[in-house]
Amino acid sequence: MIIQADGLDHQALNDILRRNPGDCRIEGCCGQRFIAAGMKDQNITVTGIPGNALGAYLNGASITVCSNAQDAVGDTMNDGRIIIHGNVGDAVGYAMRGGRIYVKGNAGYRAGIHMKSYKDKIPAMVIGGRTGSFLGEYQAGGIIVVLNLHTPQERIVSNFPCTGMHGGKMFLRSECTNVTFPDQVTARPATVQDLEELQPYVEEFCALFGFDPVKVMSGPYTVVVPDSNNPYHQMYVAN
Amino acid sequence: MRREGQIRIPSGCAIAAVISRNGNRMTGEKIIESMKPMHDRSNGLGGGFAGYGIYPEYKDLYALHLFFDSRTVRKDCEAFLKEYFEIVASEVIPTRKIPAITDEPIIWRYFVAPLHSMLTNLQLDESELVAQTVMKINTEMNGAYVFSSGKNMGTFKAVGFPEDIGVFYRLDEYEGYSWTAHGRYPTNTPGWWGGAHPFTLLDYSVVHNGEISSYDANRRYIEMFGYKCTLQTDTEVITYIMDYLVRRKKLTLTEAANVIAAPFWSTIERSPDPEFRARCTYLRTVFPSLLITGPFSIVLGFTGGIMALNDRLKLRSMVVGEKDDKVYIASEEAAIRVMEPDAEHIWAPAGGEPVIVQVKEGAY
Repeated sequence: MIIQADGLDHQALNDILRRNPGDCRIEGCCGQRFIAAGMKDQNITVTGIPGNALGAYLNGASITVCSNAQDAVGDTMNDGRIIIHGNVGDAVGYAMRGGRIYVKGNAGYRAGIHMKSYKDKIPAMVIGGRTGSFLGEYQAGGIIVVLNLHTPQERIVSNFPCTGMHGGKMFLRSECTNVTFPDQVTARPATVQDLEELQPYVEEFCALFGFDPVKVMSGPYTVVVPDSNNPYHQMYVAN
Repeated sequence: MRREGQIRIPSGCAIAAVISRNGNRMTGEKIIESMKPMHDRSNGLGGGFAGYGIYPEYKDLYALHLFFDSRTVRKDCEAFLKEYFEIVASEVIPTRKIPAITDEPIIWRYFVAPLHSMLTNLQLDESELVAQTVMKINTEMNGAYVFSSGKNMGTFKAVGFPEDIGVFYRLDEYEGYSWTAHGRYPTNTPGWWGGAHPFTLLDYSVVHNGEISSYDANRRYIEMFGYKCTLQTDTEVITYIMDYLVRRKKLTLTEAANVIAAPFWSTIERSPDPEFRARCTYLRTVFPSLLITGPFSIVLGFTGGIMALNDRLKLRSMVVGEKDDKVYIASEEAAIRVMEPDAEHIWAPAGGEPVIVQVKEGAY
């Protein structure tokens, strides 16, 4: 089903999506928020610019955006897949707890802020370009991958990555000699086991956006993990 | 109802701007349209616009826009103005009656020239006399409020949603080389016509999305230099800070941006650029009380240009795009696409990174 978004507010647009559980294509989207919030078992394609909190609480549906997306893509998503063919704004994957997000271009500030994981629920986010400051701020779980494929001469991540990171894992396709990490994390070159863990995400990214997985896997990769899952236990009181 | 300054309610917002580098004049219609996809960022308690280059027929006169509570106050205020200024033209600001905008005050504009005798007597330059007059009316004349005071520019603001306010003020009938816009979601104050954005002093106007946490520290400092913050809204203090730094202290816009959104000391220390380290260290040392903390994204309008700036942590969104001679700025890309569907080079400036766009010399 094709939905013309022109003149529809976010509520009307989501009502149409809910009434049509098959594959949907939204055309001429312009800033409508909360598209596909909480939805499952649906394939949704968006042309135009989707509004903030695209796929919030997403619960299994698949969303493909043909252009850029705005802030808070996949806010608290639980399951499913979001594919963005352009750039994303700030706070992509905010508090994400499951599912996967693939972004071909760059991400803004605070990508993956407070991502978390529990047992087999391991969210993953792959950014094809660079990210702004505070990447993985307060990251508590899950996997963040940044590839810097488009402008390798630029720094892969801006200032203050991993601030407050206390769980999960980050893969940065760079030696990161020009990146300053905080004290409570360890940044080290990827091992063979790390690369095995990374491979399926990179392969899916390359299949979606037409990159050569061998070349992308060739790295070099830096892996960042927290030193402790309770880095602030002595900050105010022992806890 | 209690007004701005009498109550504090702990705020979201929408901002947008467009400027033609070649000085081509645009009606207010596009900037009104830009606010529609961002409707949900406002709550109907305020909005407004600033247009530059809109009064070419009076371009050497200060255009004062005022709200009055009553005819008596207006008469008193006019008598006061005549002591210092020649009033070349005065008129009601034309509006459209629409159901969405109600309870409007008396809205008037004056095109004035400072009296030379007064400037000589008071030993003030023109702009300082105008600034002091604005402060005096806004703090001492109950029921009168100057909400715009620059040359060849004007601010138009009200309580309501911005797209309705643009129609109310007939902005389709004005043409300017730059426009800024604001949709308000007041968080600290109740929402009154004077408290809507843009906030202005002389030709500086500020639209602001955010809620700064340094308000009182900034206010205490800036009030030492004759500015009076009357409304408890953080945008007012940002406007006065920019006037102080740029007009009075003669800082460049980039320097002013480095004061209010100063880089972290750690960022300064790590910078490979010695000139940057020296400049930022100097500015942070001289103006520590003008560091603005907490979330903000602002567009500063001024004669011949605009500057967009995010707080240094970038706690609010802001996107920039361009097409031909025009540059577009908005809280959301959707708003830019409404103004120019084929906008190019869409990018998000980093926190503390000023985006300064100026009309080429001689074109405004």
